[in-house]
Amino acid sequence: MMTLTKRKTWFYFIPYGLWLGLFVIAPLALIFYQSFFNLDHHFTFSNYANYFQSLTYLKMTLNSVWYALLITVFTGLISYPTAYFLHGLKHRQFWLLLVILPTWINILLKAYAFIGIFSQAGIANQFLSFIGIGPQQILFTNASFVFVATYIQIPFMILPIYNALDDLSPAFINASQDLGASGWQTFQRVIFPLTLPGVKAGVQAVFIPSLSLFMLTRLIGGNKVITLGTAIEEHFLTTMNWGMGSTIGVVLIVAMVIVMLLTGDQKPKGGTPR
Amino acid sequence: MSKRLSNAFLILVFIILYAPIVFLIVYSFSAGDTMTAFHGFTWQHYRDLFNDSRMLAIVANTLLVALLSALIATLVGTLGSLGINRTTSRVTKESLLALNNVLMVSPDVIIGASFLIFFTMLKIPLGFVSVLLSHIAFEIPIVVLMVLPRLREMSSSMLDAAQDLGATTRQLLSHVIIPFISPGIFAGFFMALTYSLDDFAVTFFVTGNGFSTMSVEIYSRARQGINLEINALSGVMFLFSLLLVAGYYWIEQASSRRKQRKRRMAS
Repeated sequence: MMTLTKRKTWFYFIPYGLWLGLFVIAPLALIFYQSFFNLDHHFTFSNYANYFQSLTYLKMTLNSVWYALLITVFTGLISYPTAYFLHGLKHRQFWLLLVILPTWINILLKAYAFIGIFSQAGIANQFLSFIGIGPQQILFTNASFVFVATYIQIPFMILPIYNALDDLSPAFINASQDLGASGWQTFQRVIFPLTLPGVKAGVQAVFIPSLSLFMLTRLIGGNKVITLGTAIEEHFLTTMNWGMGSTIGVVLIVAMVIVMLLTGDQKPKGGTPR
Repeated sequence: MSKRLSNAFLILVFIILYAPIVFLIVYSFSAGDTMTAFHGFTWQHYRDLFNDSRMLAIVANTLLVALLSALIATLVGTLGSLGINRTTSRVTKESLLALNNVLMVSPDVIIGASFLIFFTMLKIPLGFVSVLLSHIAFEIPIVVLMVLPRLREMSSSMLDAAQDLGATTRQLLSHVIIPFISPGIFAGFFMALTYSLDDFAVTFFVTGNGFSTMSVEIYSRARQGINLEINALSGVMFLFSLLLVAGYYWIEQASSRRKQRKRRMAS
């Protein structure tokens, strides 16, 4: 049966194959290629030399990684309990939908909302005045950048964790309880380890985009935090130094691969159930 | 764990998730022109929005790009997952999946920057076409990821049965496979739509001067400060997403009801 359908249907695969070649492989190859060219379109290694010799670039990279880490940790701390409690609710499909709904609101609109909330006379400062702290500079600080980034990423972390919880067979939990484990022990020894793939997927979904956020650093962070993404955007669209921009891009890709390797699923023996 | 505590936590999370959105919409009805104090109810900002022909054209562009790209991406992605699912070689399958996921995990700026180089090299002018192509490109993998699990769930005995009963390849596809995986296809289409509407970074790189989408326009307006017309826009957008989600929820409910009914009839 396989051979029969195979012969007749291989051409259905053409559009997808074209996409793989043109929009996955070619652009990646091009960004590597471009990173070896300077402003005058001459082949050079100077972009990489510049990058690794300049303290500014290295510090910027570390900074970017640090902030992405902060955002990921905060997102995780909020998302895991949320997904866990959500999963125990009666109409959980509906509540899950309510978690997803904010992701359908354009990300720019959400960032824009925070410009209003965090502004000098905005509602956050009104609240601070009300409880007696007095207005502070909130917008254009690093803290506001981390806050808004966390806000935006939360749903993307909740979803994979929720799915992992959903895949978890209740039999495991019952077994653990029957064997006399306390609620916390069950969570610590059974539920959490078994939902770790969901957490890892969430970390992937949050950490890598956090390295490359660039419009939030502009709108909310006031250009104080410069992420790898900001640097790339700056080089590509403002200074038009595509070579250097591509070099930072390659660094970002390498960072991405490292994250993927660290969070990638160690193939469970015997394959996944189902 | 105490039920009340967990509910309080959930309520807090939901308040945080929705507060900014509510805040935006509330001020879209404020007569003032800042987001600091409410100055009385007005429809003025909505009137401004519906008279702002530039903004309306941009909204139309955005919707056109989203629908068109999601449609094409769903088609290509579904065909792709049929192909991936059919590969018998494990190595080929794994490498295809890995390649499929490259754009899923790549940061937006990398996709944007590399597509910019790509379009420039091919001399494709930046504008509608480049934005549409980019959107199709980054939507395809999510469609594949939504469709593939359904294909895996499909039992081969069902296919064998259909073929034994004389179904041609085309009939097999249209009468057995497609109906079975249609929830995955729908989910993929909706996700693709979401990705397109939500995208800013990739579009920002490949959009050029003449063409703009909503995200890019909001970005450039937000950099100039508060403008309550944007609030009105978010009000409209929120209503739109609500309708989409309601529709999606309804489809899900209807399909699960239908499945239950079928099961009951079978037993």
